Amino acid sequence: MKQDKKLLSQKFYDAMKKLEPRYPKKVALLLPALHEAQQERGWLPPEILDEIASYLEIHPAQVREVASFYTMYDLEPVGKYHFKFCTNIACALRGADALLEHCQKKWGIVCGETTSDQRFTLREEECLGACGTAPALMMNQQYYEGLDIAKLDALLESLE
Amino acid sequence: MSSEKSTTLFIQHFQPECRFLHYYLKEMEGYQGLKKAFGMSPSEVIEEVKSSQLRGRGGAGFPTGMKWGFIPKQSSVPKYLVCNADESEPGTFKDRDLMRYTPHLLLEGMLIGAYAIGARSGYIYIRGEYAREAVLLQEAIEEAYAARYLGSNIQGSGFDFELTVHRGAGAYICGEETALLNSLEGKRGEPRVKPPFPAQAGAFGGPTIVNNVETLACVPFILRRGGPWFAQLGKLEKSGGTRLFCLSGHVKKPGLYELPAAGVTLRELIYTYGGGILNDRKLKAVIPGGSSAPVLTAEEIDVVLDVEPLMKIGSMLGSAGVVVVSEDYCVVKLIQRIAKFYAHESCGQCTPCREGCRWMEEVLERIEHGKGRTQDLNLLLQIADNIQGKTLCALGDAAAGPVASFVKKFQSDFEAHIRGGKCPN
Repeated sequence: MKQDKKLLSQKFYDAMKKLEPRYPKKVALLLPALHEAQQERGWLPPEILDEIASYLEIHPAQVREVASFYTMYDLEPVGKYHFKFCTNIACALRGADALLEHCQKKWGIVCGETTSDQRFTLREEECLGACGTAPALMMNQQYYEGLDIAKLDALLESLE
Repeated sequence: MSSEKSTTLFIQHFQPECRFLHYYLKEMEGYQGLKKAFGMSPSEVIEEVKSSQLRGRGGAGFPTGMKWGFIPKQSSVPKYLVCNADESEPGTFKDRDLMRYTPHLLLEGMLIGAYAIGARSGYIYIRGEYAREAVLLQEAIEEAYAARYLGSNIQGSGFDFELTVHRGAGAYICGEETALLNSLEGKRGEPRVKPPFPAQAGAFGGPTIVNNVETLACVPFILRRGGPWFAQLGKLEKSGGTRLFCLSGHVKKPGLYELPAAGVTLRELIYTYGGGILNDRKLKAVIPGGSSAPVLTAEEIDVVLDVEPLMKIGSMLGSAGVVVVSEDYCVVKLIQRIAKFYAHESCGQCTPCREGCRWMEEVLERIEHGKGRTQDLNLLLQIADNIQGKTLCALGDAAAGPVASFVKKFQSDFEAHIRGGKCPN
């Protein structure tokens, strides 16, 4: 699909241009492009996926089949603070369920939902690789480890 | 057992200030292994690594030198060295520290590996969640470029190497090397049919070696001090070096412990190093090598933590992620969570894995919630049997093995759920 007006910034295109010589095939830029676009837009709406497809000269369906395979690409809007609680074994053994439950109650939503004011999205996450400092969560791009209810509350209070 | 200090390669450098090039050069004999490699032929480097008895630290435990030897000397298409930094095996958290504290060790290991196999480009495929670690790696790479440890004509050797960090985006399956390569190429992370193996046709069709972070971080030491020196650090003939054991779950002191390969039993790791069970409860179960490893009971912990000894008792060392479970946690609930993980992470290509993992999750869920039937235990074993060995990659086996092991070893716990109509914990 041809688009006249670009939605992604010059910064996006500069970053891609810098990466392009690092790969023998342009399509290898797909994952980096999706990351960069999501960083810029907060999520990946259809018109952005189309723009990436046209930049990489691949079919828009190819972008969608890849984007939908990976859990980190948000194909729907998410809240300002995107909480991903690890509930895999090491965190589960150290009380992850109680932390998750705490947020569900506090925000009145269940896993996978976003609060109506668009502030919080709550998700259950697979192992974050922070088992030695469990339980852990990832909020936006940041890890928080060695949590308990008090530390979680302190984190929540520190957010605008 | 002795608690005297054994040689450690990594853990004394796991501090934020150690990640910089000046520290690496000054305190860690930085890039001296590479210098030595440049004075050798590529096949001599491979022989040195073979003599070190280094085996892969990602999970399979395959001898690294032998793997490098599979790469054809001549190739009409470019060869690649790829670092598997997709650390996502539940219970594993060692590569993260290697990348954030000692990134130059990984870079030097990759440079030596690339020189040995004749690759001019490399990628570090890092899991997407390690966003911070990806930034730190990138900073180390930029330092290395500026100091001419990366790029063209490295340190005047005539050898060129370009290194790129490539972030994954949340898919456990991308730790499987051919899924990783597909993901690197901008595709869905679905494992490939083998053969061809990556050493023949890997990244972008070129001969490719994929090595784990810890594996590559061992390589500079092997070149600096020699293969035999590295080999003697390990306590079994075929296991050289040290290992980073990841201890988590119900222990008093969770964390990383670097110990001689095959130099410690599971009991010693838990009680001597880990300080024993949290709240002094009774030990119920141990998963010795990441969630893909079949479970061990409290009676089986006198096993030496290494590849062959664990294989002999029907489990595996895997990524050395040791998850300890006390009597306070329901083992049915635990295996249900593990089954849920594999059902979520199955890529869906192979029917036995895609369908079987879902079924195991569903049956385990109903048992945990008191709605199980007596015949469910046999059903679980049957499903596991229908997955094992019948899929393209190891994910199916990684799901089936643990489920079968929990059912067999903790049968009475399952039966109590079924009989009582609820979880007794």
